[in-house]
Amino acid sequence: MYPDNYRYTKEHEWVHVEAGAGTVGITDHAQHELGDIVFVELPKLGAKVEQGKQFAVVESVKAASDIFAPVSGEVIAINDALTNAPETLNGDPHGAGWIAKIKLSSPEEVDRLLSISDYQTYLGAE
Amino acid sequence: MTASAAPLKKTPLNAVHREMGAKMVDFGGWDMPVEYSGLVQEHKGVRERVGLFDVSHMGEIVISGPQALELTQYVTTNDASKLKHGQAQYSSLLYGHGGFVDDILVHRVDDHVFFLCVNASNQDKDFEHILSTAREKKFDAMVEDAGPRYAQLAIQGPKASDVLRKLTDADLGAVKRYHFTHGKVSGAEAMIARTGYTGEDGWEIYVEPKEAERLWREIMEAGREQGIIAAGLGARNTLRMESAMPLYGHEISASITPWEAGLDWIVKLDKGDFLGRDALVQQKEKGITRKLIGFEVQGRGIARDGYEVFIDGVAAGWVTSGGPAPTVGKNLGMCYLPVQEAVPGRAIEVMVRGRAVEAVTVPIPFYKRAR
Repeated sequence: MYPDNYRYTKEHEWVHVEAGAGTVGITDHAQHELGDIVFVELPKLGAKVEQGKQFAVVESVKAASDIFAPVSGEVIAINDALTNAPETLNGDPHGAGWIAKIKLSSPEEVDRLLSISDYQTYLGAE
Repeated sequence: MTASAAPLKKTPLNAVHREMGAKMVDFGGWDMPVEYSGLVQEHKGVRERVGLFDVSHMGEIVISGPQALELTQYVTTNDASKLKHGQAQYSSLLYGHGGFVDDILVHRVDDHVFFLCVNASNQDKDFEHILSTAREKKFDAMVEDAGPRYAQLAIQGPKASDVLRKLTDADLGAVKRYHFTHGKVSGAEAMIARTGYTGEDGWEIYVEPKEAERLWREIMEAGREQGIIAAGLGARNTLRMESAMPLYGHEISASITPWEAGLDWIVKLDKGDFLGRDALVQQKEKGITRKLIGFEVQGRGIARDGYEVFIDGVAAGWVTSGGPAPTVGKNLGMCYLPVQEAVPGRAIEVMVRGRAVEAVTVPIPFYKRAR
């Protein structure tokens, strides 16, 4: 379910780091908690985001939820497909439901994120 | 909500909800199911077939005694003297200044017995309000906080009667909308009311708490053929919003009057004196300055309650409820606007996280069932 080469946050975001850039999204647990996702507000291309700060918004029928950047850096790609198909976040949160790609400004931040086993332990205890 | 470490209150169906894997939330101090299989599916299940809700968190207050009618008339805005035995009406409790204490359902059980269904989070406040008014004005009536005596299940949707009929000896066909009867539902003594908060036909069943779990299971079983679905507070909210039924703390509150909320029809100024009447007469003479209206979002974004509304770049009001409407299939909401702007067809902007999103005012309700 949870890819073992991703890193996770306690706010239920994930990041997959490759060649100095991190693809980020929300976890399966997060999409399940939110329910039917009907709207995604993506960050702007070129925006500077900061680890732990809000950078996107995901809305279900019930409520709007802030999504926090798991890493700091510059937004170099956004998943425009979510604009017209926000339900992709429910269907494939760790794959086609990615939100943005961030060029890491502080790669050492990744070490502070949860590994898959830490995240699963955290989910079990939550 | 006051910050307190008090444990959440639980309905008699709490264990059933958890067993069903419901997502639970704190709703006005109650541990309640917000959704089971999914809000949209539950919403559509109620509109198209039938849904079962646990609404045991709702409060009940019984007014009885020689002056039960006089007290009920004095604390409520609608005309309770018009009610026949076995009839219910939508009404409200007001403060002296004309703002809402709560919106309620008044059921006339007998000449001298009135059964009030009130909002869960307002139960204590409503009870104190009615009791202190009774004492102050020396009404010869008893006021009972009957909440702990009742669990309440709501069966709602076009197939609701088909399901309930299997479990009761009561003549459901003889009970019209906003009427009620007493009878047995799968062996349990029940008050069976043809009321609801979804905009669909349906029933609200009041039983002793100890009967609730067995009743829930038997209704779910009996409704299998009709495609019954357990529905949570999430669907309850989208269903009532499409039907533009007010929710306390959103469309109505202590600082809103019935005229402003468009609830003129539950205020009977000619019935005699009642709490809030003078203020309402005064406001009617002066004219209201703001009014509730519906809107449809046209731009990209979802208007949530509390968001600001602008007209021609100027702050004009606020959203009371809003979000995607599953049956109507649009992003809708209700808002307060200056009375001259609160007419259909007005271009407005809703501020969504600092961004102005285009919307247009439309009449409410957004949804009306075919009769």
